[in-house]
Amino acid sequence: MKASWLIPLTFALVPVVIPATASAVNIYPIDRATMLTGGKFDFKVEFDKQVDPAQVSIKINGKAYQQVWDQKSEFIKDEDGLNASSLVIKNVDITTPGDYKVEVSAGDEKGSVSWNVYQTPEKRQAKNVILFIGDGLSVAHRTAARVMSKGITEGKANGRLAIDDLTNMAFIGTSSTDSIAADSANTMSAYMTGHKSGVNALGVYVSRAKDSLNHPKQETLGELIKRTTDMSVGIVSDAELEDATPAAVLSHTRRRADKAEIVSMFYDVKPDVLLGGGSAYFLPETTPGSKRKDNQNYVERFQQAGYQLVTNADELKKQGSGADKLLGLFHTSNMDDVLDRRFLKNDVTKKFPDQPDLTEMTQTALDVLSKNQDGFFLMVESALIDKASHPLDWERAAYNTIMLDQSVAIAKKFAETHPDTLIIVTGDHTHGISIVGTVDDDKPGNDMREKVGVYETAGYPNYEDKNGDGYPDRVDVSKRLAVFFNNFPDHYETFRPKLDARFVPAIQNEKGEYIANAIYKDIPGAVLRTGNIPRNTDTGVHSVDDMIVQASGPGAERIHGYMDNTELFRVIVDSLSLGHGKQG
Amino acid sequence: MTRYSVLNRRGSPGVFSGWRHSLWWLLILFIASPLKAQPTLSFDQFYSKVSVLGLEFSDRVKQLSGQQIEITGFMAPPIKAESQFFVLTKMPMAICPFCSSDADWPEDILVVYLTKRQTFVQNNSMIKVTGTLEYGTWRDKETGFVSLLRLRDAQFSEL
Ligand SMILES: [Zn+2]
Repeated sequence: MKASWLIPLTFALVPVVIPATASAVNIYPIDRATMLTGGKFDFKVEFDKQVDPAQVSIKINGKAYQQVWDQKSEFIKDEDGLNASSLVIKNVDITTPGDYKVEVSAGDEKGSVSWNVYQTPEKRQAKNVILFIGDGLSVAHRTAARVMSKGITEGKANGRLAIDDLTNMAFIGTSSTDSIAADSANTMSAYMTGHKSGVNALGVYVSRAKDSLNHPKQETLGELIKRTTDMSVGIVSDAELEDATPAAVLSHTRRRADKAEIVSMFYDVKPDVLLGGGSAYFLPETTPGSKRKDNQNYVERFQQAGYQLVTNADELKKQGSGADKLLGLFHTSNMDDVLDRRFLKNDVTKKFPDQPDLTEMTQTALDVLSKNQDGFFLMVESALIDKASHPLDWERAAYNTIMLDQSVAIAKKFAETHPDTLIIVTGDHTHGISIVGTVDDDKPGNDMREKVGVYETAGYPNYEDKNGDGYPDRVDVSKRLAVFFNNFPDHYETFRPKLDARFVPAIQNEKGEYIANAIYKDIPGAVLRTGNIPRNTDTGVHSVDDMIVQASGPGAERIHGYMDNTELFRVIVDSLSLGHGKQG
Repeated sequence: MTRYSVLNRRGSPGVFSGWRHSLWWLLILFIASPLKAQPTLSFDQFYSKVSVLGLEFSDRVKQLSGQQIEITGFMAPPIKAESQFFVLTKMPMAICPFCSSDADWPEDILVVYLTKRQTFVQNNSMIKVTGTLEYGTWRDKETGFVSLLRLRDAQFSEL
């Protein structure tokens, strides 16, 4: 992808160079990278073969790199036994805005990339930025949330979601450097660094290094704010805190699964508020339940660093708001879906019966962070929209979307008294989910497929919210939304919500292929659906469809039309004016 | 069959507390051959305390440690085809490669080390496993997989 783009560029600018040689060198940051003035990054050049360091020439807008960066460079003669050389310069920046052309050569190995470095406005527009991420949030999730939460009659919604009235909107492209598809790691990483990356990577370019922790780093928003301002940083998620989205706020790894290392990166940067699941990676390996492979006790280390620790909803309520630095761990793993936590009397939440809601975590985070006169950046993730959508469990995903919306409502309330707050609501990537009508149990016969209402036979679902909490009182009503995913492994379609626990559509057979999970086979009306994605895929996959972003507040006007996901970083740094180095 | 099950039920935790009782029980078992009833363990009985700051093994696990036990569950997809150990789970499991990693197993799993290699069974079918119970953190030398609870010298059969 990169090479094919480079060829016409090379022709245009350096017509004498043979185009084939342009691909002999990989340069990071990659071609067409955009970056903030003074934002830190690692510069890396990968040659195709072993080269003589004396022959290496790196010019930035015609100037030797040694004149541009007064930093030590590392020449790796034979990187990871690949019989090829690399040159790395860590933690550099460019402080003058403009277009840059980087030209690299070593003998007949040649390559070049172009970068754009931008400056932020002099005047800071926003004091606070609150970024909501509905992981995997797609249009159908929002529609389902609105219909189920507010009701709909005679073609018009009976109410509006909190996100419905955010003033500005855009489409976002989510693709990765290595693939048209994306995962939560590289999508959130794009928001948090302004640089693209590859699937599974956080805060780094995917280079050829074998060590997952040794790829060229991109400074994250969390680090940038902590390095250059006196603002506070908060991270809230109902996933594990080490999961891709919360981790992207400040970590760097080519493998998002480096969760124990991510905890130490949290500790290094010390965001002021950390609320979520994933305590297993904070505990030393000797503690049953730990998933670390060393004896570091990060619960104790954070406490020693002045953090108030809370481990359930009650403690969060009593001790959360008063804290200056807050660490809330509410589950050893991901927290549980709101449908199980609050509505279904099943066994799912038996292990951790007193988990806070995302709304309570959002409110407490705002209480703590808003004490800082210099403002704050808060990231709130409703992570389980994605985690329920993968196994095609759309009801749980829709309830998690309502919870996201109720958290946004809390932020909007905060912004009423703090109008210098920019609120952004988006997802990181989409799922192939869509609503087509209703499923009506009262239609005749036992064939569930014939109970799916389409066009005029769909009518309206009969969800009710008598207690006014914004959620349907029952999810298993007799006339439900008919929601289907467009990609799936083999599974049994039951046309019904799963009341005991999240759906597990497929499980692996002895050949490593995913086959329909037989435990749903005997549910009345269940039909086998043959998958349409590779047989080694266990659940539904992310879609490449555009993401919607909405925003209100100072800086929101920058959100319009179609944007690349890296541009959301620029919206945030522009509104906070983060391009001018250390403040004060 | 009914008679043995009754015995079996009565033979649960309390009776095991004294060695005399155990002997008595073993004697009955011997007479009642060929049925070889063993103490059973269920997934719900693993931990007496589950908290964000760590788990505690139940008294039942501690009592049964070092003994041959029997447990039913599902075989999770093996970490590698050739390995002589697998993970037993309460429910059939599917792991999302982009949302999870090897380390993302739930707490209530049991690692099973087989006496001899047996063929993988479909995760759809419930299996019965017998082996010697062992608890405490232990890292598999070959794979680095850390387990809290294990069965050694185990074998399994499909139910
Ligand atoms: Zn996902």
